[in-house]
Amino acid sequence: MAGNLITYRECIKQALREALQADERVFVMGEDVGRYGGAFAVSKNLLQEFGPERIMDTPLSEAGFVGAGIGAALGGMRPIVEIMTVNFSLLALDQIANNAATLLHMSGGQFNVPLVIRMSAGIGRQLAAQHSHSWEPLFAHLPGLRILSAGTHEDARHMLAPALADPDPVIIFEYTSLLNLEKELPTSINQVDIHKAKVRREGKDISLITYGTGVYKCLAAADELAAAGIAAEVLDLRVLRPLDDETILASVAKTNRAFIVEDASRSVSVSSEVSARIMEKSFYDLDAPVQRLCGAEVPIPYPKHLEDAAVPQPAQIVSAIKTLLQHA
Amino acid sequence: MEQQPLQSIKLTAEQARKLLYQMLLIRRFEEKAAEMYTKEKIRGFLHLYIGEEAVAVGVMQALGPEDNVLCTYREHGHALVRGMDAGVIMAEMYGRQEGCCRGRGGSMHLFDAKTKFYGGNAIVAGHLAMAVGLGLADKKMKRKQLTCCFFGEGAMAEGAFHEAMNLAALWQVPVLFVCENNLYAMGTALRYTHAQTDLEKKGAAYGIASASVDGMDLMAVMQAANTAAESIRRTGQPYFLVCNTYRFRAHSMFDAELYREKSEVEEWKKRDPVPGFFNYLTQQHILIDNDFKEAEAKVEKEIEKAVEFADACSLEPVEELTKYTYSER
Repeated sequence: MAGNLITYRECIKQALREALQADERVFVMGEDVGRYGGAFAVSKNLLQEFGPERIMDTPLSEAGFVGAGIGAALGGMRPIVEIMTVNFSLLALDQIANNAATLLHMSGGQFNVPLVIRMSAGIGRQLAAQHSHSWEPLFAHLPGLRILSAGTHEDARHMLAPALADPDPVIIFEYTSLLNLEKELPTSINQVDIHKAKVRREGKDISLITYGTGVYKCLAAADELAAAGIAAEVLDLRVLRPLDDETILASVAKTNRAFIVEDASRSVSVSSEVSARIMEKSFYDLDAPVQRLCGAEVPIPYPKHLEDAAVPQPAQIVSAIKTLLQHA
Repeated sequence: MEQQPLQSIKLTAEQARKLLYQMLLIRRFEEKAAEMYTKEKIRGFLHLYIGEEAVAVGVMQALGPEDNVLCTYREHGHALVRGMDAGVIMAEMYGRQEGCCRGRGGSMHLFDAKTKFYGGNAIVAGHLAMAVGLGLADKKMKRKQLTCCFFGEGAMAEGAFHEAMNLAALWQVPVLFVCENNLYAMGTALRYTHAQTDLEKKGAAYGIASASVDGMDLMAVMQAANTAAESIRRTGQPYFLVCNTYRFRAHSMFDAELYREKSEVEEWKKRDPVPGFFNYLTQQHILIDNDFKEAEAKVEKEIEKAVEFADACSLEPVEELTKYTYSER
């Protein structure tokens, strides 16, 4: 089982390299992916290895190069379009929502769009309101897209290949705050199922349902809860659209309690959707109402103490669950 | 400056008949569509191409079956000239499952994989970057075809136009950008929407070979499109062609046309491209009056057949509502 210590950044880079080696139709394009080496050094040296036809620096034209990615996918290529950060993604939202997401259905099944868009997201680097977005729910709202969230090293390393094999547009959210984090990458795993959520830790007392940066936070919380005698199951949604109801409901059926954690602000979020589905489909499995710990309903401020207060922290997860179970 | 028709294209009678047929087919198809709209067989938005026929017919002559075509929501004419069946198009506009998109797109979203017809795109300028991407794929795969992208002058005020033009020039992709300048972005005239109304200059600003042409003159459009396509096929580089034209009918069926004088429309109708082209053919002794009658009769039959077909078509079962939201695994 044991693997080598590896950063999240290196996981993404290995995935990109593997994809470029595996299929001539694959190319990477985005702002600063080539000569700069990627805004977060994810694609460092890939230009030297694969050349400018496969690692394409683009101008600051998010609508333009995402649209070009859609066209190239229609034309038989397998583009990986990097939007530097989620914060710039709304400049390309028309292309994503009106073209990538609609073409297959609107054309009566004639034109599918095998496009992968990667973008880094997350809160926690004191970048203030315009550079600290958790817009997974916004994209997860759109039928026609597959929305993935790479909350672990394993997914950062192994999500890209199945995403590229998917005939439809896939958006992968990556997390800037995890880039330097080192973890052991299990050598036994070399593929992930991008249709299924994943139980990251088994437990019988409560289901901690989360995604993205919530996964390691919840795993840390589960460690602490274990010391207090609470066996928390950590479920990584991983696929935010279409949601994997089966795995979510199976976990709730086992633990009879659900606690959902996400960085995105609370209203009209992934957690509100998951909560609704549990209520609709598993009401009688529940021993207590579904609870949520979400981002504050506020533009993310710059100062560290306020930024921290705006998103769920592991200590809050632990104390909320202890309270919940005491009252159960 | 508009390119003068060089008249270097010499039409045979057979070619002339085909072109006349295509011009008339669009005109009568659109008139029939308007009629079917008033009968409520067609609903939603309906944008007619009447008055602009020479652009689609002229440009399409320069394309081969391997080339990609992308259009706006005013695309029935392009689809017809591209070779899509009039009945299948009408069925699509009726919302019937025998339509080209199973009836899901309607008038604004005609798609056809067989003829490489990529819409029917209804977000203004939203398809320009896709055209660049299709061109990029062709370039990467070393295919010799080109991508032809039609849009209106309204699109040229969108940021998406400028991003697409810059990318096309930067990446040197084989894309023919055709601006169908009908002088109105919905109801707002060119002079109220563009500081620079010599639109071809905007292509040149990106270093793209650019020209404009009288879009009411089929021979001139054909000539200009041939020049453009030949340039793209020779150099692999994009080309920007502005076709100056005019929409005789309202923007859509909801448009009360408060923004222009009837006299202006009447003035433009004197340059109607359909009789204009036929007059040219008779003056050149390529066709005679009877050819026009024969073309009209052939078109009438075709339209009749299209309506009959659409009337007999069925609705997609509601059970299939979500089919193709994702590819079937």
